[in-house]
Amino acid sequence: MADSKVTSGGTSGGSSHVPWRIIQAAKGASFVVPFFCGFVFFVIIPIVMSFRVVVYAKQKSGLGLGEAKETFVGLANLIKAAQDTTFWVGFGRVALYGIIMVPVTQFLSMVMALLIDSVKAKTAGKFRILLLLPYMTPGVVQTIIWIYLYSPTTSPFRWTGINFFDSNMVWFSMGQMAVWAGLGFNMLIMYGSLQSIPGEVIEAARLDGASEVRIAFSIKVPYMVSSVTFTTLFAVIGTLQLFDQPYFFRSISPQTITKDFTPAMMIYNQAFQVGNINYATALSLLLALVLCIASIGVYALQGKVNKV
Amino acid sequence: MSTATIGNWMDKRRRDKAADQSGESTANQVKGTSKWLVLGLLVLLAFYAVAPLWWLVVAVTKSTSTIYRTNGLWFAGKFNLFQNLHDLFTYQNGVYSTWLWNTVWLSFVTSAGAMVITVAAGYALAKYNFWGKRLVMGLIMASFIIPGTLLTVPSFILFQKVGLYDNWWVMILPACFTPMDAYLAKVYAEGAVPDELMEAARIDGAGEYRIFTSISWRLMVTPAATIFLLHFVAAWNSFMWPMIFLKDYHKWTVMLGLQSWLARGTDSQYDLTMLVITGAFISMIPVVILMIAMQRYWKSGVTVGSLK
Repeated sequence: MADSKVTSGGTSGGSSHVPWRIIQAAKGASFVVPFFCGFVFFVIIPIVMSFRVVVYAKQKSGLGLGEAKETFVGLANLIKAAQDTTFWVGFGRVALYGIIMVPVTQFLSMVMALLIDSVKAKTAGKFRILLLLPYMTPGVVQTIIWIYLYSPTTSPFRWTGINFFDSNMVWFSMGQMAVWAGLGFNMLIMYGSLQSIPGEVIEAARLDGASEVRIAFSIKVPYMVSSVTFTTLFAVIGTLQLFDQPYFFRSISPQTITKDFTPAMMIYNQAFQVGNINYATALSLLLALVLCIASIGVYALQGKVNKV
Repeated sequence: MSTATIGNWMDKRRRDKAADQSGESTANQVKGTSKWLVLGLLVLLAFYAVAPLWWLVVAVTKSTSTIYRTNGLWFAGKFNLFQNLHDLFTYQNGVYSTWLWNTVWLSFVTSAGAMVITVAAGYALAKYNFWGKRLVMGLIMASFIIPGTLLTVPSFILFQKVGLYDNWWVMILPACFTPMDAYLAKVYAEGAVPDELMEAARIDGAGEYRIFTSISWRLMVTPAATIFLLHFVAAWNSFMWPMIFLKDYHKWTVMLGLQSWLARGTDSQYDLTMLVITGAFISMIPVVILMIAMQRYWKSGVTVGSLK
């Protein structure tokens, strides 16, 4: 179906141009073939498979010896997942954590972007690099550093006597680490949107006698709405799938961080420790559904903010 | 919207660069006493960002006997860095250097593969019309809403079937077909590769492949470098994926190895703390250097991502 849009100029004449155009389109399409094959194999097929896997269950025959047999169970796995208290408790944990963490991080990043925006370009450049250093650090190294900074043997805060891995403190400890790690990235994106404000607008406001704080709230913040939506969405999706950090903290404090601490940890545990792949797939689908709803929620919220 | 926005953004970057170089003041700048308040706050934030990393730098120079007893933020005792490095690279027959080498080449091959495949795909999607193009674009856009956790479990089943489990390729192939990158390359190609240029090349007798290999890819260096860098860092830092799919510890990457040492804490002769600290320090140097050197690209990468 190579149509005439292939060439913009349409300079080539002659009646033999139809097969030529088809060849051109085919060659063009061939650039996308490797990507598409891989995309189908590594993205589409796993998704399709998950819908097949979820309707089966492994059942051991007789005394639990012998080969496990796959039997069709319909929606049983999904229903069981939807009613699984452990999953929802874990979900509640990350949701509560997110409700506190995401606004705190976004607010601090906004302040940081506003601060950096209000100094000379040269100074801003220097601070930007320093503030971005945590973001450049690999996630595992970030976690290792903070685990040692929290650990009672190596912590510079040990004089305070706080146990950072205690069940009440562990969320604060992880949250603090996430703020530290995430500020730079959020700031960078928000700073980008501040840079797009025309200088005249701010000068005019200043001539009208608006204070710096007033300018920040009435002009700069509204410009940041779309980038804040993006960073919020990113943060929400990341938080609900939280895995690496609690997994690391678990190796230090297994009594507090249980194997089902977050939804992603529960999925990992079900799939690769317990070996119940079918049920783990049901849990993944459920988590994916919740993530979709959460993303739509963030977008809807932005729509409201924009109208105000 | 995308093409125009990226065009604006590129203009803006040019302006930023000019402002950076001249160090001239912009309208956004705050003056008077509040300037010192802003600088003070920025210094505090920069301290917060850098202090934990500084702790790591100081810690690698200490030894097992001083790390627990001295102030974390300043050097103390014997300068033990070289001994730590020696221990790190000789422990367990130098397994750390195996992990480091694995991480280097895997990251390199993965990002090179991802770059070539997705840039070609994005180019075709932007510059050619062919049968099935709408379907490919539709699938790419739809896949954006799929969270990573959903893919992990079915991928595990699939990879076991096709022999990718505990195989190097499991680290390389799945990352080469990221839909987001193909989208990024497409958006960029729409603005950067003029139809007229391709048409002129055709009139001069160049074939479609020739046009790509001698003209078009040169115009797409920016998205290519961005994709390369983002994948390199992602591959270098990845933890959950190799933990699930690589069993043999000779195939591990640095991050996985560090976690195993951290979780073990001590073995019969050794307190592993100094090994983890030194290993973490070494593992972050290449990515931090690369990210600082290629700032231009990843900053553009995250900004383009934010426009989605």
